[in-house]
Amino acid sequence: MAELEFVGGYPTYMRESIKKVEQTRNRRIGKLVDQMTPKEREDILNLCHPDYAPGGKRELKIGPNKGEIVPNEVADLLEAYPLVNPDKIDLSVVDYDTDILIIGGGLAGTSAALLANDNGIPADRILLTNKLRHGDANSMMAQGGTQAADRPNDSPVLHYIDAMGGGHFTNKPDVLRALVEDAPGVIKWLEELGALFDKDENGNFVELTGGGTARRRMHACADYTGMEELRVIRDEFRNRKIPVLEFFPAIELLTDEENKVVGAILWNMETDEYKIVRAKATVLATGGFGRLHIRGFPTTNHYGATYDGPVMAYRTGARLRDADTVQYHPTGAAYPQQIIGLLLTEKLRTSGAQPVNKDGEEFVFPLEPRDVEAASFIRECYIRENGVKTPTGMKGIWLDTPLIDILNGPGATEKAFPAMVRMFQRFGIDMIKDPVLVFPTLHYQNGGIETDPEGSTNIKGLFVAGEISGGVHGKNRLMGNSTLDCMVFGRRAGVHSAEYVKKGVDVGQPGLKHVKKYVDELKSAKIETDRKSPLLLPDYRGKAALARGIDIF
Amino acid sequence: MAEKKISLMDTVRDASKGVISGIDKKDVEHWVEIYFLGKAYQVPAGLTIMQALEYAGYRLIRSCGCRAGFCGACSTVFRRKGEYKLQTAMACQTRVEDGMYLVQIPFSPAEKPLYDIEKEKYEASVLLKYFPEVARCVSCNTCTKACPQDLQVMDYVQAALKGDYKQVAELSFECIQCGLCAIRCPAEIVQYHVAQFGRRMYGKYGIPREENTEKRVKEIKNGEFNKKFEEIMSLSEEELRSVYTEQQNTREVY
Repeated sequence: MAELEFVGGYPTYMRESIKKVEQTRNRRIGKLVDQMTPKEREDILNLCHPDYAPGGKRELKIGPNKGEIVPNEVADLLEAYPLVNPDKIDLSVVDYDTDILIIGGGLAGTSAALLANDNGIPADRILLTNKLRHGDANSMMAQGGTQAADRPNDSPVLHYIDAMGGGHFTNKPDVLRALVEDAPGVIKWLEELGALFDKDENGNFVELTGGGTARRRMHACADYTGMEELRVIRDEFRNRKIPVLEFFPAIELLTDEENKVVGAILWNMETDEYKIVRAKATVLATGGFGRLHIRGFPTTNHYGATYDGPVMAYRTGARLRDADTVQYHPTGAAYPQQIIGLLLTEKLRTSGAQPVNKDGEEFVFPLEPRDVEAASFIRECYIRENGVKTPTGMKGIWLDTPLIDILNGPGATEKAFPAMVRMFQRFGIDMIKDPVLVFPTLHYQNGGIETDPEGSTNIKGLFVAGEISGGVHGKNRLMGNSTLDCMVFGRRAGVHSAEYVKKGVDVGQPGLKHVKKYVDELKSAKIETDRKSPLLLPDYRGKAALARGIDIF
Repeated sequence: MAEKKISLMDTVRDASKGVISGIDKKDVEHWVEIYFLGKAYQVPAGLTIMQALEYAGYRLIRSCGCRAGFCGACSTVFRRKGEYKLQTAMACQTRVEDGMYLVQIPFSPAEKPLYDIEKEKYEASVLLKYFPEVARCVSCNTCTKACPQDLQVMDYVQAALKGDYKQVAELSFECIQCGLCAIRCPAEIVQYHVAQFGRRMYGKYGIPREENTEKRVKEIKNGEFNKKFEEIMSLSEEELRSVYTEQQNTREVY
């Protein structure tokens, strides 16, 4: 194969297609394709959305959701054996005795710690443990914003209706109401802690819409929204001297004689030593599952997004909800190779960037709900064959980013999207002058452990918050509702776990009876496998090196 | 028709197989040699430093986080073949080059001063109370050169010295707290902690609040939307669908 010649980061053959995008650009300004009708939306989802297209899923053979359909990659982890043999592990010595154990230090876990502390639990009676560093979380990578209906022409009711529609009317109503009613309070809380949102010179928020939202209610911090929110509340957490462990993932929950969750086994990733935590309440906030690469999709997610929390909780008998649905973000990077799958925020489209095909033709309303938008990109690439093929064989759609400066004035892109501009610049592409190539990427775990509005589950002593939970988004989440979810239910789980503790909890002997029972169920369902879970980290080692590995110590 | 759909998803899967699991040698055309901790490894050209280490057989625990340039976990220092300059980078955002000598910095040791943001006064002297070492800055600009985000780090340290919170906040906003500035600083300043303090002070005290948000919080607390919620929550799915469709037709765009 001849060496490719590159101009401005793109091989010359892709430049030919960019020329066509430039030719149609002026004609497209201010003109958008009509939104799809509900019927058209349904049809396209059934045709080519990875969640709806046949295959890729199977029925769970055991556990509280037995008989329900989940992605194969999820079933593989739920139908797997524990990392530790419950008969051989010594639980007699408790290393950490605490009131509230929080597992996971993203926006949800960190919020829970702060609110538990605000509600009467002393800092030294809380323990926050992290698989990697405190703040290693999908939250850190959230770009677009946080929804809160605070404008005069908006209301929490409109926010509720938008989210219900986006979720295909499968959202759990009381939980969703809690989300939208707490939202303005979350923004106020962040401001009081010193978070820097995009504002005009009078201190008023600059708010945008998102896919499927009828009003402008997205509060953003440029395209570093999650990073700004999380680093502020993490700084507050540190000021309060709340104990924290890092590189210490939980590998199993502990239950007592009444099957209450009363702590966890933690594992030091670097020394292999385990530690036993006894806690009156446990908040699971381990995040999502992008690194399972469901249906073979690249992902926007953090390295640690491996579904650990639901795996551990399911063994205690916690119920899952909407565990069959996966959110594919329409605009993951498809080129260059180094950043495939990484997120290009929806805010690019709310700021005017249009998706167009290889001929520069628009083919979809830019702000359909994410699942519909993603499905239309897949159709354009693989059924209508109008995608642009990359040197590594991927196909993609152009996102015409130069429109942002044209519509909003020179400098607008750089001001609103410093992270995006920087990322492409690092690989030689100027997204202010040239469009960027996108394709759907695995983004979000819509479902998870079923919770009530307080963050409680069907298992006593077990609270959940954030992406790990299921119900609030139904079968599809809207932009700006994930960081919101983390903080609303992180705060609520903090408050309610504190109340639960303060009422007095009779903690029995921490044990693994539930794991033994689960193993028995696996065996009687004839699940014979050497799969073990939780997974903790994905494995991207090269095949050649792996083939010659010798496991000595 | 069903068969066609299955093969569609398989085709999509095939197109990105190199990204979702380890890379297969036979799919690689171009190679470079890098030296990690002094050992030479042949790795596919065009990978990021992070992907290249994984290709070589490392399963990363430290020095790997979001893999997208937001978290600051993968600080890396390197020298290019034939160059005296010590370079800094994020391993997930930098391509390997032939002859690169590199090592990752797994941790940046730095104590953070503790404070209560509610009780601080919005005065220039407060910053120096917590970060007196800022006065040791010799304006050598090493921090700025080390910054993988290309921030004007020295400029915000100078702004901190003057107690100019606004400028500290604006110049440091895109800081990913990787610690490379602090590791390189001859004056032993921990720039990213200074910046975090400056941003929070400016966010809390330097910017006016929007009244609409406060007002809405009160309205919700007073139950002003309860009636409307009860109405909406008692609708059948079909009715709710038509309310939704109507609402979508009145949407604000851009």
